[in-house]
Amino acid sequence: MPDRLYRMERPENLRVAHLDSFTAVYHRNSGITHLITAPAPEILATLGEAGMTFTALRETLASAYELGDLDDAALAARLDELVAAGLVSTA
Amino acid sequence: MRHVFSVRIGPVGFRIGSDWRAPIAQLESLYADYPAPRDGVPDFNVRLFAARPWRRFMRPAVMIGGDFVLPEAAPLPLAQGLLAAEMGMNLQMALGQRRFLLLHASVVERDGRALLMTGISGAGKSTLAALLGARGWRLMGDEFALVDPESGAIHAFPRLVSLKNEAIGVVEAGVPGGRFGPLLAGTPKGDIRHLVPEAAALAAMDKPAEPALILFPRFGFDPAERDVLPSEVFVRLTQASTNYVAIGERGFDALTRIVKTVPARAIDYPDTDSAIAQVEALWAAL
Repeated sequence: MPDRLYRMERPENLRVAHLDSFTAVYHRNSGITHLITAPAPEILATLGEAGMTFTALRETLASAYELGDLDDAALAARLDELVAAGLVSTA
Repeated sequence: MRHVFSVRIGPVGFRIGSDWRAPIAQLESLYADYPAPRDGVPDFNVRLFAARPWRRFMRPAVMIGGDFVLPEAAPLPLAQGLLAAEMGMNLQMALGQRRFLLLHASVVERDGRALLMTGISGAGKSTLAALLGARGWRLMGDEFALVDPESGAIHAFPRLVSLKNEAIGVVEAGVPGGRFGPLLAGTPKGDIRHLVPEAAALAAMDKPAEPALILFPRFGFDPAERDVLPSEVFVRLTQASTNYVAIGERGFDALTRIVKTVPARAIDYPDTDSAIAQVEALWAAL
């Protein structure tokens, strides 16, 4: 399976408020508020606008956020949720 | 319509039209000290009307209409016409208000700072606000906190305080000399009696206040208190808002600002004396 590229939704389409272990994200295009928790905020921050492949994302998360216990299946599931919410897009 | 009454409650003007004189007469009496809408133009209209012409006279039943309506709302007997008017006004606010973020909460103010109390029906929001209003606090509202999305300030909406069932006796005893409306027995919400806010609350209704403390009271438990995390406050306030989704990003910005800057506590209380002592202690510790 090719290593897909993931990108965060454009920053101008999001309002982000870090509350505690939860982060509130307002998605301008849908008008929906999402309440997300680790590792979702870290995924968004890491992907950025430039985007990243799945493999690069997993490695960056593991080193930068000590999310080493995040296995491929769990990371893929979280990415699928963020894609479904419109907060992340795939290329 | 045949009978009309206009009133301004805080920043919001209402015009209530009715097929019957009685509800309008009660509104005129209870809202006698309130101003008229600014420039005579109301923000919202409420209509109390008979479903059929003969129902003005035969078993009169009051239908609630207005700019915004709930299609399935059941009519009320004419004896509960005052309640119909109040429900109609609340409905316009809940469904139509776009200028402010609306939180279903009671608000009292002291020294320019606002205390918000929110919780499920029966938690004691109105009761505590009415009692605090007679104990040196300014009542800003017992139903809605109006959050200005730009400044974050709370605007007062001091409509008549709506007391239900056991709360009626508690407030009658706790607010001696209070001006009460008629007892409306056997309404869909039980017994209801309205209290006119103190003159000071009406005189200062155009003065906003900065939110300083959010309480989530719960009646019927041993005294207890706990901090509430910002994320929980955020979720509970979105649930307590009638127009969070409707006003979009402005609501998100207003709410996250409150959640991040205003401390929040959940308090359990067995009786109102205990609740008032808890509130005063928490306020003093801010």
